[in-house]
Amino acid sequence: MFIYYLRLAMLSLRKNILLTSLMITAIGLGIGAAMTTITVNYLMSADPIPHKSDRLFYVQLDNWDPNSPYQEPNEPPDQVTWLEATNLMAAGKAFRQSAMGQSTLIVEPNRPEQKPFVTRVRMAYADFFPMFDVPFLYGSGWTANDDLDRRLVVVLSKATNDEVFGGVNSVGENLVMEGRSYQVVGVLDDWHPRPKFFDLSTGAFNLPEDLYVPYSLKESLELPSTGNNNCWQPVSEDTFQAFLQSECVNSQFWVEFEDPDDQYEYLAFLDNYVAEQKKLGRFPRETNNRLSNVMDWMENQEVVAEDARMMMYMALMFLIVCLLNTVALLLAKFIGRTGEIALRRAVGASRRTLFAQHLIEAGLIGAAGGLLGLILAWLGLKGINGLYGDQINGLTSLDPNMIALAIGLAVISTILAGLYPTWRACSVPPAGQLKTQ
Amino acid sequence: MNQIGPIFRALLRNKVGAFLLALQIALTMTIIVNAIHMIENRSSLMARPSGLDEANQFYLTSSGYRDDFNEQLVIEQDLRLLRQLPGVINATQINAIPLSGGGWSMGLRTAPGQDGLNTGVAIYFVDENGIEALDVELIAGNNFSTSEISYREANAVEWPQNAIITAATAKELFPDLEPAQTVGKTGYISGDEPLTIIGIIDQLQAPWNGWSGVERVMLVPQRTLFGSSRYFIRTEPGQRDRIMKEAEELLLRQDAGRLVRNVRTMTETREDSYRGHQALQTVLWITVVLLTIITALGIVGMVTFNVNRRRKQIGTRRALGASRGDIMGYFMIENFMVTSFGLLLGLGSSIALNIWLVDAFNLPRIGWHYLPIAMVILWLLGQLAVFGPARRAAGISPALATRTT
Repeated sequence: MFIYYLRLAMLSLRKNILLTSLMITAIGLGIGAAMTTITVNYLMSADPIPHKSDRLFYVQLDNWDPNSPYQEPNEPPDQVTWLEATNLMAAGKAFRQSAMGQSTLIVEPNRPEQKPFVTRVRMAYADFFPMFDVPFLYGSGWTANDDLDRRLVVVLSKATNDEVFGGVNSVGENLVMEGRSYQVVGVLDDWHPRPKFFDLSTGAFNLPEDLYVPYSLKESLELPSTGNNNCWQPVSEDTFQAFLQSECVNSQFWVEFEDPDDQYEYLAFLDNYVAEQKKLGRFPRETNNRLSNVMDWMENQEVVAEDARMMMYMALMFLIVCLLNTVALLLAKFIGRTGEIALRRAVGASRRTLFAQHLIEAGLIGAAGGLLGLILAWLGLKGINGLYGDQINGLTSLDPNMIALAIGLAVISTILAGLYPTWRACSVPPAGQLKTQ
Repeated sequence: MNQIGPIFRALLRNKVGAFLLALQIALTMTIIVNAIHMIENRSSLMARPSGLDEANQFYLTSSGYRDDFNEQLVIEQDLRLLRQLPGVINATQINAIPLSGGGWSMGLRTAPGQDGLNTGVAIYFVDENGIEALDVELIAGNNFSTSEISYREANAVEWPQNAIITAATAKELFPDLEPAQTVGKTGYISGDEPLTIIGIIDQLQAPWNGWSGVERVMLVPQRTLFGSSRYFIRTEPGQRDRIMKEAEELLLRQDAGRLVRNVRTMTETREDSYRGHQALQTVLWITVVLLTIITALGIVGMVTFNVNRRRKQIGTRRALGASRGDIMGYFMIENFMVTSFGLLLGLGSSIALNIWLVDAFNLPRIGWHYLPIAMVILWLLGQLAVFGPARRAAGISPALATRTT
């Protein structure tokens, strides 16, 4: 029977090809627009490290101006000072922890034909690599002792290793940067967490840095900060030490716990720490420490761009218009067929079979519209990619979940759209209709 | 016009169909009005002048890396060479580029100490050629003198004596004075470091286009020794692209132990800066156009259906003496009534959506003039869409009435 209805539906759809293609196009455009924007939002709000995002916490301490909060209403700064970064590292109260910051270094390749080039550097502690499950192609991260001894070690991204060492295993090699020789201890595999959750301060969808060195080198080599740096108090004198000891925030601090509940213990430790610092005359504001796990932190930092949400709402309304359009057209079409329906009822077709037949017709339009919508969504994502360029790295690929959602959304919404017209058509009393003929 | 009664009663016989169409028109209006409002809003942000001569300006970064890199010497030589290039109007070292997204801001107060209103200003370190290289206009006071340009080390905390500010900064600091009257006044930076305002420039934007204080800028007469520096160059009209290449080659020829990178025009910088706005506008335009087409085609489809269903009735009416115009008028008026109902609904929902957008996204309130314009356009669109099918209806022969089925 199903096959028969399918054939009937195809026949009916073909009978008025223009109208059919209008309905399919409308559904396709609606689904395409909705899927394009939903995909961007979905990828923006994705969990970048799903198996441990509830055990990784971002630390905030409120060392800000007593007269005005860092951000209304009473939000603590989004980064910590060098003092806190190093003190909390020294305390080492969490299962794993790493302070980090950004800098730049100029690499001077060994091969003379290669020109020196600027790299973006992440300065971090040894725990950075196991904490964020950073994948290694060769070697591994450095050790906690390397941090303490301020050894000149470096971990390269895959791209940097390709560029400088032609992609071979470079562990043990030396890399000269700004006149100093660093030992390569590890090379990363492809790694592009989206969002770049461990440091949202300079763009949530940027690529990770080109290479990694111990954060302790910042002090000994006086590496400049290139990320955001905010101060509420002038630095006391013109030395790098004074800058490090200042109340300027420019470091991120992450901790990992074995159990999410350990956060309460750690928060107590932070409160204690701030109480100690208050005795030294720091932290003039009321104690206002925060621990946020990955997803909370991304929400706090509003990783999903407002424009993306706005576009999604617009696209969903657009889809509704397209569906209304389809309902109205189906209604007109099915009502126009009341004579035929009455005839079939009179010769013995039950309401249920007629209902099924018309729903199949609606479903067919939905499926075709869904397929068209997928193609349009794919084009739409390409378009969005072209419009935004590298501001939204890797946020414009269709994934299987989204494909399933697109087809599902199309078929279900069209069947829903077809329900009322079908019901209207099938509630035709056969006798009355036949008489008027 | 005496047709209205029958048309209305006929409409009531297919309430749902008419209501669906009206609803579609209402939503179309809601989306179009709010989308165009957003597009306009972004356009007005993008239209704010930067104060620069963007078409004829570019910049580049020079970063030293070798032990023998003598920064001060290199900067002085670079600037001298750049200014000598034929076609270059002027060049300056600068620490940040307007609209680029990265820069430095400080708080300014009108009295020393930690209390009192702290006005955030973007800082550009430039030399005495800065004003000409940026192409900003000095509306009061004086430019920096060559002798007062000093060198600033990376961790310096001291500030020079003089500064030049934008008119917007002057207004914010001294709301009771005209900008020109603030020449000679003192502002305090870093708590109690005094800065004398020696000049006022008309307009110059900060590096952050989304900042509420984007018009607040202060020029400080210093060159920076931060290891890496930017040169900002203004050329004669039409010479920019040629000079960009020449300038890069010129600097690379000096064996100074540095890299030259990031050679970019101000035009590119503006595009990058507003890329998000531009992209949203494009997406919204596409939405508006597609939506209009879908709605128009939907109306065409509906009316075509109705015409086909009523062929016999139309033939009968024609046979009874109705003119072609009467038949066309019937469908036009029918559509006008449905559209009007939809637009009335749309009026309410457009305002409702705007209220929500104002609330959720800090968008400004919609201008009332959008509403009548959108209504007229959608009325016309509806009539245009009906016209084709209605004409075909008018063409139905009266003889049809005499045939069976």
